[in-house]
Amino acid sequence: MTLARRIIPCLDTDGARVVKGVNFVGLRDAGDPAELAARYNAEGADELIVLDIAASRDRRPTFLETIRRVAAELAIPLTAGGGIRTLEDARAVVRAGADKITVNTAAVEEPELISRLSGEFGAQAVVLAIDAKRETTSWDVRIRGGRDSAHLDAIGWARKGVELGAGEILLTSVDRDGTQSGFDVPLTAAISRAVSVPVIASGGAKLPEDFLQVFSEGEADAALAASIFHDDTQSIRSLKQFLSQSGIPVRFPC
Amino acid sequence: MIVTLIDHGAGNVASVERALLRISVESIRAATPEPIANATALLLPGVGHFSALIRALDEKSLRRPLLEAIGRGIPFLGICLGLQALYASSDEAPDLPGLGILPGRVSALPLTVKLPHMGWNQIRASTKSSLLRDVPLDAYFYFAHSFAAPRATTSTAATCAHGVEFTAVVEQGNIFATQFHPEKSGAAGALLLRNFVSLAA
Repeated sequence: MTLARRIIPCLDTDGARVVKGVNFVGLRDAGDPAELAARYNAEGADELIVLDIAASRDRRPTFLETIRRVAAELAIPLTAGGGIRTLEDARAVVRAGADKITVNTAAVEEPELISRLSGEFGAQAVVLAIDAKRETTSWDVRIRGGRDSAHLDAIGWARKGVELGAGEILLTSVDRDGTQSGFDVPLTAAISRAVSVPVIASGGAKLPEDFLQVFSEGEADAALAASIFHDDTQSIRSLKQFLSQSGIPVRFPC
Repeated sequence: MIVTLIDHGAGNVASVERALLRISVESIRAATPEPIANATALLLPGVGHFSALIRALDEKSLRRPLLEAIGRGIPFLGICLGLQALYASSDEAPDLPGLGILPGRVSALPLTVKLPHMGWNQIRASTKSSLLRDVPLDAYFYFAHSFAAPRATTSTAATCAHGVEFTAVVEQGNIFATQFHPEKSGAAGALLLRNFVSLAA
């Protein structure tokens, strides 16, 4: 009996469609969220994350409808986020079918939001997303889609977020995101050792070896990827077979 | 067979509804005493804090009809907090009485492991479990919790371990419960729900 390391596909959406781009720019269409969700559910994804990267107020009803369509396809947990600024935003996302909510910029601007969400939904439902950019000797927290510095140390912010009630950290390397040059393993290890909650590594995934490294050396509890799964350059099943043969406990759907 | 979902406001009722729909099982939501008293099969979902579930049951006057229905032998399935609620109390809210159907106290998982216990884990089942009939021995189930019920000799049908061994599946007469979320546990979870429905039929 060992807790399996999780493989989590991420659907970045403009509200309605899955989009992809490098370092948050140059977006192009990558498919229908519900269709991709059904595929990943069948292929053995352990969870799914759906994000509204546009997160504009007028697209909100569209995104909630997307969550409903995605949730209907899943027999695995669903995390949703992007633009959640209030308890009411979070309630709408949960009502639409999300099991967990993820917050990023709004939590930096108003840390008490984490406590309010945790109080209402439980820590297991609150995922603090941290976008981290490498400095000389540390990692800086970035907000607003990686554009601006929050002037916070990533390790300190992760600890603070957990104190406030986050039950999981979704850690994205801004330097690696979209580059397919591998996860930022030292960053992941540093955060994973600093907090008592599970850490999801994100940004830079390409090869099965990248996942192996972030699970072993990076001590990640879960690893996230988008493009390599959307493009079918990497199947979840063969990735898990590789990890299993390399001694990483993973779940195969029965 | 219609499963009555106890909709106390602190559960993921919609997720459970969708999971039942996927295996073609009809369900209705009940937020008042009467439909619970008249139910033919009851399901108590729950996520979040022990106190939120217990307070909601008491504020909506659902504790008594629920206990009476279970006492009459109505098949019952508790999920996550719905399992923890069966016990006498929980360290998560020491002043609130649980349903007290099972003896013992729900307590925090040890700080030696990452908490919450979040993700897919395997369980160790006793041979007599009817809820786990035809479920492969090495199947994974989805957990998301920081508190857990003690292992017991009579009511525990399966255990899991995360820092400490705890009760993952309860079976005692008409009372069934899982610490994990069958509604989020893929094909293995769907099979377990199907088993509950056929036991209840």
